[in-house]
Amino acid sequence: MNHRTEGKPGHRHNTAEAVARALLFICAVAAIFAVCAITFYMFAKGLPALGKIGVKDLLFGTIWKPTASEPRFGIAYIILSSLVGTALSVALGVPLGLFTAVFLTEVSGKKTAALVEPAVELLAAIPSVIYGLVGMMVLNPAMYRLEKLIFAGSQTHQFTGGANLLSAVVVLAIMILPTVISVSASSLRAVPDSLRAASLALGASKMQTIFKVTVPAARSGILTGVVLGIGRALGEAMAINMVAGGSVNLPLPFHSVRFLTTQLVSEMGYAEGTHRQVLFTVGLVLYLFILAVNLILLKMRRKGEKGNG
Amino acid sequence: MNTKKILAAILSVAALLTMTACGAKTEPTATTAAPAAAVTTAPTEAAAEAPAAKKVTGSVCLAGSTSMQKLCEAMMESFEEAYPDITVTAEYTGSGAGLEALAGGKTDIGNSSRSLKDGEKEAGAVENVVAIDGIAVITDKANPVTDLTSEQLADVYTGKITNWKDLGGEDAAIVVIGREAGSGTRGAFEELMKIEDQCVYAQELDSTGGVLAKVAATPGSIGYVSLDVVDGTVAAIALNGVAPTEENIVAGSYKLSRPFVMATKGTIEEQNEAVKTWFQYIASDEGKAVIQGLGLILPQ
Repeated sequence: MNHRTEGKPGHRHNTAEAVARALLFICAVAAIFAVCAITFYMFAKGLPALGKIGVKDLLFGTIWKPTASEPRFGIAYIILSSLVGTALSVALGVPLGLFTAVFLTEVSGKKTAALVEPAVELLAAIPSVIYGLVGMMVLNPAMYRLEKLIFAGSQTHQFTGGANLLSAVVVLAIMILPTVISVSASSLRAVPDSLRAASLALGASKMQTIFKVTVPAARSGILTGVVLGIGRALGEAMAINMVAGGSVNLPLPFHSVRFLTTQLVSEMGYAEGTHRQVLFTVGLVLYLFILAVNLILLKMRRKGEKGNG
Repeated sequence: MNTKKILAAILSVAALLTMTACGAKTEPTATTAAPAAAVTTAPTEAAAEAPAAKKVTGSVCLAGSTSMQKLCEAMMESFEEAYPDITVTAEYTGSGAGLEALAGGKTDIGNSSRSLKDGEKEAGAVENVVAIDGIAVITDKANPVTDLTSEQLADVYTGKITNWKDLGGEDAAIVVIGREAGSGTRGAFEELMKIEDQCVYAQELDSTGGVLAKVAATPGSIGYVSLDVVDGTVAAIALNGVAPTEENIVAGSYKLSRPFVMATKGTIEEQNEAVKTWFQYIASDEGKAVIQGLGLILPQ
């Protein structure tokens, strides 16, 4: 009781407050500084090659021969591969993830959910190199058998041994599942039970309620999950480096392809001069895509907040 | 404090002298080493017996082949640990440019990843082969094809032959596996096969281990790796009937190999102490370990 009347402890208290406040501020500044520094660095390093080679030749050129005597630095197929690969993996992964989330929250009993949920969490925790390894050893050989079946006797198709866009898409789809499932499940859980009860009371069946009432009500949360999944798929490098083949080609399902991320990973080691500069431009393009995805996410969250409030 | 400052000043002057020594071609002198209180310039025989025991000072200047960059850097790192008083500098400008610099007296050693041409030898360059780079062509173990001509191999990599049946094998597609652009192995392979910038790869992998694993796991695949990493999981293909063995490479009959030459103007014996020490170090057990550590073959 005495302490309160004495001035000193209170003063000390204030100092602690101030120190803590300053510490928190420094932490916040560190994060902002990192983002700004990275942005600045990517632009500073990525723009020179654009000026040197020309926007048209670099971004829309389709021939990638960085070490030829007359080097060509067209990254159009690489950009396209990233976009097509991400789009296909989202098209495959989102329905799978959404239906899993619906099953978990609306259909399954507690016991089944207790089994599936930890499995999903584990899926998220598996390092991407493991996905790549399994993809390389299991998925690629299987894909090669399919390739041989489809292109039997073809004279024009270049056989890739199963390392192709499709393999990358399958691996990516599995990798974005945990994100889609957990975000969708939590937004489905947030849908008030009164909506479900009202729908059921009006005579709708359970499935009708789920797909006509619950899922639409959780729409913004589910979309957030989708965008997060896009971000993950776009940024993944290790796993697809191991399964996609790595040649620069038009992204068709059975073509060996190279993504923006794998382009950086695989050629940064020995690249020199303009080749190295162009790789920084590739990084910049990737960075801009990720930035766009995050801006969309931010906008959606704001919209969601407005809608709720 | 004062003595330390003076010592530092003298040392920095000494460092400056050794740095400029490269271009100016100063002979290594005993005076620059005085602050370190060293016994200077030992007879070479003694240095060979106990490499790190005697101090040799001076500088070694290397210039030339980009393919030899890894070898040079690894050797320099190891060398400078043993001889901290010798400064080694290297530029990677290409084999031809290196030999030109040597002829012009701008460098002590001209690096070349090919044998010297007659003209270069006439200009006084002496070919000192320090290592040999060998590349093996590999397939999966089940592949019945064990021998290719260089023409066939070039056709496979440029996409003119796409089925093993055209090479005397089974009716199966060829999966052409290679390394990424910028890789030294890829550069050497394409250069030696004379198919630069013409290769049509089905897979471009960014590591030797990756190529090895993919070829082992993919039926009908073909790939290339440094000779030393070939193991029991893949089959190495003979080229023009010559098996990729160290003996054949040293004998010069296996095509996919190239010498790493450190050319000097005049024989090694005519060089200054620092350059002599450099070559002695390369021939020592430590130097050999560096060469073998990079997957290169020792010349006989």
